[in-house]
Amino acid sequence: MKILIVDDFSTMRRIIKNLLRDLGFSNTEEADDGTTALPMLENGHYDFLVTDWNMPGMSGIDLLRKVRASDKLRALPVLMVTAEAKRDQIIEAAQAGVNGYVVKPFTAQVLKEKIEKIFERVNG
Amino acid sequence: MNSSQTSLGEFESTLKKHAQELVESLERGRFGEAVQLIHELNQTRDRGLYQEVGKLTRELHSAIVSFQIDPTIPQAEEVSQITDATERLSYVVKLTEGAANRTMDLVEESTPVLNGLATEANALSADWQRFMRREVAATEFRDLVKRVDSFLTHSAEGNRKVAGHLNDILLAQDYQDLTGQVIKRVTALVTEVESNLLKLVMMASQVDRFAGIQHDQDQLRAEKDREKHPTRGEGPQIHADKREDVVSGQDDVDDLLSSLGF
Repeated sequence: MKILIVDDFSTMRRIIKNLLRDLGFSNTEEADDGTTALPMLENGHYDFLVTDWNMPGMSGIDLLRKVRASDKLRALPVLMVTAEAKRDQIIEAAQAGVNGYVVKPFTAQVLKEKIEKIFERVNG
Repeated sequence: MNSSQTSLGEFESTLKKHAQELVESLERGRFGEAVQLIHELNQTRDRGLYQEVGKLTRELHSAIVSFQIDPTIPQAEEVSQITDATERLSYVVKLTEGAANRTMDLVEESTPVLNGLATEANALSADWQRFMRREVAATEFRDLVKRVDSFLTHSAEGNRKVAGHLNDILLAQDYQDLTGQVIKRVTALVTEVESNLLKLVMMASQVDRFAGIQHDQDQLRAEKDREKHPTRGEGPQIHADKREDVVSGQDDVDDLLSSLGF
């Protein structure tokens, strides 16, 4: 299971990376915004994408739209982990095809639940 | 502000007085007199306008001086206050990032120590239970004693190490004091800049009244809305509990998503 973590803050990437490792996912790579992440996704074989919303360059919601518009990536499960908390934004992300939405600050338990739920649905 | 009101009041009373006179002159067919009145009106308006523009310019200049925005003016210190504030905020980002990384380094160094001790203790515990049940032979017992001895040493070392790391994690939190001070100073500056900008806007509105300038409010509002485009995001919500359009936590997000069929 190869996971790409996209966030403009290295500390947040590190926190997510550590939590994912605790959950048994140690094959992770990092990108600091959508512009860097998209070519990595297109050229690598990732099974899961965890992305922030608000980033310089390409935002997480735009990255999500690009992923869903790409023939190769359209089925990639995407979890958004973000401080963006407006109802309209959550609806927008849902309409853009996000698989899970976690608001910051979050707990290890919440991240675990959402990831498990996504895989349950993807595999089931 | 009082003098602006006076000059504006003077202009308005002149305007009223001359308007009546102008109508009378025109009705009586005295066109020369009418043109003279229009000329006087223009002069009063121009005088007021020049006065207000002058005041606005002076205020703008003193704002620039007080915030030391322009490094070419003699009053400027090495850096302007705005540049200084920007540098201070970058320092906050650097300091909080450093503290977060230092804390995570120490946690990552402590975890294997604790895991190692736990593994060792579990293995020893199984053999110790066997010893209590008298299932351990004399030769094996000597080996067990050695293992207990080495575990006690490891345990003391590990304990010292983790206790040291915990203490360092505590110390890494000192950024709160330093960043708190910096942020309070920048907040004070922002408040000062805001009140001065407001003063400038009030003065500029006097100029607008003299010059009869009307701003396109719809266009201004449209520009503001464009800035609010949701794609860019808004960052953390500060008053989430007071706003209807914002979720107050993960439970709210889950409820909203499940209402959308997630």
